[in-house]
Amino acid sequence: MTETESSSVLSVRDLMVHYPTDEGVVKALDGVSLDIQPGQTLGVVGESGCGKSTIGRAILRILDKPGQIVGGEILWNDPEKGSGSRPVDLTAQEPNGPEMRAIRGGDIALVFQEPMTSFSPIHTIGNQMSEAITLHQDKTAAEAKEWSMELMNMVGIPNPPQRFDEYSYQLSGGLRQRAMIAMAISCGPKLLIADEPTTALDVTTQAQILDLLRGLQEKNNMAIMLITHNLGVIAEMADEVVVMYLGRAVESGPVDDIFHQAKHPYSRGLLESIPSVLASGRERLPSIAGSIPHPFNRPSGCTFRPRCPSFIPGTCDVNVPQYLALGGGQQKVSCFLHHSPSGVEEVSSHD
Amino acid sequence: MIAFLVRRTLLAGLTTFVISIVAFLAIQLPPGDYATTYVENLLGGSFFNTASALGDQATEDQIRRDLGLDRPVFIQYSKWAWRVVHLDFGISIEHGRKITEIVGQRLVNTVLLALGTILFTWVLAVPIGIYSAVKHNTAGDYAVTFLGFLGLAVPDFLLALGLMWIGFAYFDLSVGGLYSPEYLDAAWSFGRAVDLLKHLWIPAIVLGTAGTAGLIRILRNNLLDELAKPYVVAARARGLPEWKLVLKYPVRMALNPFISTIGYLLPFLLSGSVIVSVVLSLPTLGPVLLRSLTNQDLFLAAAIVLMLGVLTVIGTLISDILLVIFDPRIRLD
Repeated sequence: MTETESSSVLSVRDLMVHYPTDEGVVKALDGVSLDIQPGQTLGVVGESGCGKSTIGRAILRILDKPGQIVGGEILWNDPEKGSGSRPVDLTAQEPNGPEMRAIRGGDIALVFQEPMTSFSPIHTIGNQMSEAITLHQDKTAAEAKEWSMELMNMVGIPNPPQRFDEYSYQLSGGLRQRAMIAMAISCGPKLLIADEPTTALDVTTQAQILDLLRGLQEKNNMAIMLITHNLGVIAEMADEVVVMYLGRAVESGPVDDIFHQAKHPYSRGLLESIPSVLASGRERLPSIAGSIPHPFNRPSGCTFRPRCPSFIPGTCDVNVPQYLALGGGQQKVSCFLHHSPSGVEEVSSHD
Repeated sequence: MIAFLVRRTLLAGLTTFVISIVAFLAIQLPPGDYATTYVENLLGGSFFNTASALGDQATEDQIRRDLGLDRPVFIQYSKWAWRVVHLDFGISIEHGRKITEIVGQRLVNTVLLALGTILFTWVLAVPIGIYSAVKHNTAGDYAVTFLGFLGLAVPDFLLALGLMWIGFAYFDLSVGGLYSPEYLDAAWSFGRAVDLLKHLWIPAIVLGTAGTAGLIRILRNNLLDELAKPYVVAARARGLPEWKLVLKYPVRMALNPFISTIGYLLPFLLSGSVIVSVVLSLPTLGPVLLRSLTNQDLFLAAAIVLMLGVLTVIGTLISDILLVIFDPRIRLD
């Protein structure tokens, strides 16, 4: 076990999630690895369909049917149990068993992209919040209500006694997402998985929600896994970043390294495609050529090869790149520009 | 809520008024009236016996005058409506008895049978539908679906005959009817209620199978839609046990369409139960309505149609009120 692994609250190792369908197997996750440190924010970025949401659901074991974990481990290292305890492999748990349910919503909470549809339209906000609280904590209904209202105050929902008895459609988008976050943190989770928490919100509200998440993180020393396709959100929030492509992590490292010296051609492409206020007028925004391959027709070798500007014939289409650390640093990348097919670091770095 | 109730009740009253007009007029639509039918029956049902027909024209006119059938329709309606408001439905032309007397017990039987059928349908369909949706595309789901289609496909009267035969031949049950002879005219008592239940199950099963099969399909599909919704995933992510979350969220949502159709169950069951009622000789309204219509027994038919209309209106009112209670998204103003 490496240093990062033992200190991290959650570490995902070579996780594979497959969706067997009539047409073939969709490899939503094809051996992804990442680590989340306590109290820190890990940003997970990538295009739609790269499997970033699947990771969050796989961790909580709430994959949609027919998705299933076919390989790898998800090691949950409860920070409260001290460093001596062995991490729990969540992939070995029964998805709906009592152990998994205690972790779900209790130790690890999830904030969804769509605050509108993530609340039941025919139950009050208070009903759903209290439900999570009484489920994981030894509280009576009255105590749960009190705690819910305190949480609503904490996340900046005005007039909690009134909101407690309201329905999700009576709240604005921003308030709904605040309620969602209040519910997620109600049981003091050590890890909050935020799956595109600001995508459905307008820009001003986005900033408020991100501020809120940061404030809660400092107060509760909570780790956050922030799943998004918005690099601006990552720059603002994340300590570490994982870039995903087609079910694999292609690059990871501290946020500054990724933003200033990205190594993988895909990460560079993503960063170049952000519009800049300094750009001169009538300049075309660079984009990554092509689109994500069809799930049943994955390219051989490096999966990014058909779209890669630095494609090396005879190497990239034959060998699968390994996901290796660069020069003993914290940055990891899986690309033949930086490693030879045998895993040895290339001397001539491609900067 | 009170304003809503008052408004809906007023509307229900208005609807009932319109139903009464339509019922009265619709029954007069077929050519001829009770007098023609009566004379025809007297003559052996022949339309071509012109010689005697001419001679009986006087009789026919006499009957028509006696019954007031020669007056303009709106006068007939007003007189009838005035009496109905006072709960006097008049006298059946054919039977010569008070309509309340003919219909009363049968109406009670009809409502009891309908309630029994609904109960049977729901008790069976709701758990099966839930099972079928939660375990969709498994062997259990396929088995249930197969049985469901079977129930949908077998004609009611055949099932009635089959069940009667099984009940009679193997279990020595008194089948047919709703009461044993000794309770037929008895006052309501515990014994009579038990006796009713002993008889009710066959017609309830017969009338309920098709409905159950349909309901299972609807519930399964509704529930499959709801199970995929994000709020279900969100509830699961909260750590709720699976069966609890299925019952609390998607099932509640999937049941809404059922609540809204409570009002239509009664007329549906009545029109569907005529043949079964004849086969099982059930003392319900269906056969009486059929006979009154073929004989052009105006007041009896109008009374039954009106009662069904009123029951439907009440049923709809109940389902609307239930929906408002169950679904907060329905706004009252």
